[in-house]
Amino acid sequence: MVCQECNQRPATLHFTKIINGEKKEIHICDKCANEKGDLFMQNGSNGFSINNLLAGLLNIEPFLQQAKASTLTHVDELKCKNCHLTFKEFVHVGKFGCATCYETFKDSLDPILKRVHGGNTAHVGKIPERLGESIHLRKQIKDLKSELRALIDQEEFEQAALMRDQIRSLEKEDIAAKERGNQP
Amino acid sequence: MTLDHFAQNAKSSWWNEAGPDADIVRSSRIRLARNFRDFRFPTIYNKEEANKVMELVKEKLGKQNTDAVGNLDIFELEKLESLERQVLVEKHLISPNLAEDSLYGACLLSENEDISIMVNEEEHIRIQCMVSGLQLTEALDLANKYDDWVEQQIDYAYDEERGYLTSCPTNVGTGLRASVMMHLPGLVLTRQINQIIPAINQLGLVVRGIYGEGSSAVGNIFQISNQITLGKSERDIVEDLTSVVQQIIAQERSAREALVKTSHIQLEDRVYRSLGVLLNARIIESKEAATCISDVSLGIDLGYIKNIEKSVMNELMILTQPGFLQKYAGGPLQPYERDVRRASLIRERLDLAQIENS
Ligand SMILES: [Zn+2]
Ligand SMILES: [Zn+2]
Repeated sequence: MVCQECNQRPATLHFTKIINGEKKEIHICDKCANEKGDLFMQNGSNGFSINNLLAGLLNIEPFLQQAKASTLTHVDELKCKNCHLTFKEFVHVGKFGCATCYETFKDSLDPILKRVHGGNTAHVGKIPERLGESIHLRKQIKDLKSELRALIDQEEFEQAALMRDQIRSLEKEDIAAKERGNQP
Repeated sequence: MTLDHFAQNAKSSWWNEAGPDADIVRSSRIRLARNFRDFRFPTIYNKEEANKVMELVKEKLGKQNTDAVGNLDIFELEKLESLERQVLVEKHLISPNLAEDSLYGACLLSENEDISIMVNEEEHIRIQCMVSGLQLTEALDLANKYDDWVEQQIDYAYDEERGYLTSCPTNVGTGLRASVMMHLPGLVLTRQINQIIPAINQLGLVVRGIYGEGSSAVGNIFQISNQITLGKSERDIVEDLTSVVQQIIAQERSAREALVKTSHIQLEDRVYRSLGVLLNARIIESKEAATCISDVSLGIDLGYIKNIEKSVMNELMILTQPGFLQKYAGGPLQPYERDVRRASLIRERLDLAQIENS
């Protein structure tokens, strides 16, 4: 069998990648394997990366087209002000250029993320300790506020007053944390 | 590098330890994809920015700052020879991507190589933790420790709604890729693997074999990992994968029991033939070596072979790859020369193992 990359040398490495039940047979020679770097079963480079395969199999591109069609503005012309990646380029490469891209292309992302992540669009996992300080605080404040409402409903005014003070001091902390966050 | 030296070296490595269910689960791996807030992603950044990322890593994660986590050595890929890079790939310490394509790529390695932080790969960094056997939660805890440490020094790209922001949409959210490498000869021999793989895929997990034909991956080694990184917590991702893996372990064990019951002599024959090949071959291709190593590993698990440690087989899986062989030989080898070298290395290592146990 001849190598499917160079079509010259005999294929010495044979892989089968199975993703979502679909098999993809790969037969390549030593040299191309070296060049491609897919020596073992790691995420290979270029054409063989698991992410690329996923993107291919999940058929992201038509989805992006659909995402574009569903938004009224000319999203193609959207351009990230930080890294200058356009939406068109994002669709083509399948990768973001920087953190700001998430903001820039926000309105078109949900269908893509849903497709890739089993219908999910929002993070529910880890919050980083330092950067997330203010996120933690805000969550704490939210929880306390709902407790406060419950206390008021039950006419536990003394306890409610204590809780109100607690909320105020957390809010102050939140502002301070935000200021710190802006000056790393 | 002598073989003795390598074997010695291997003893301090994480993969020489036998974790829970290590007879079936060779390793558990956690990878966390993280990016730095103030830099463009590797997708589009230029050489200068890549260098800045590397300099930042050296400054913030260098030896002077590792008190909280333990020593890490930094290896800049451009300063390594191509064989050395290949060996890092074969040990699963870095990805082929990082070895070949990266600008200012680097990796930070812990002493026993359980921690590897890849720099300037597809994302700015990827924190990898590998442990023996099925211990995904432990690996996650360890990876989190390093993640927290990095986060104390460098600002991550993070968004309240989307989580850890990544260049690839398939990584966003937790940035977590959890995977286990399993040795499943029982399921392959009984052909149950053909039903199991589609079932696993349906659960949103990805199954891959090492270079093999269809479901009969060479060496009967399969890697199973999560696909979804967004909308599930790290704990849930790891627990879901663990529970699937536990079910596969149970099925593999019952397949082995059934094989011993129904075809004991055929199984023993297969194991000893493969041992015979490993002990005597003068030329052996990597594919045949992997098959024989798998058979002998199974033979050790089933108690047929008593004078060879299982860890020797795990070691041979790594040692017989092209990069290692060439490193051991001290230079590049043609494929045919490799096959000769591979055969002699296997014989030497098995001799050594039998002397150790005599
Ligand atoms: Zn080729
Ligand atoms: Zn951008």
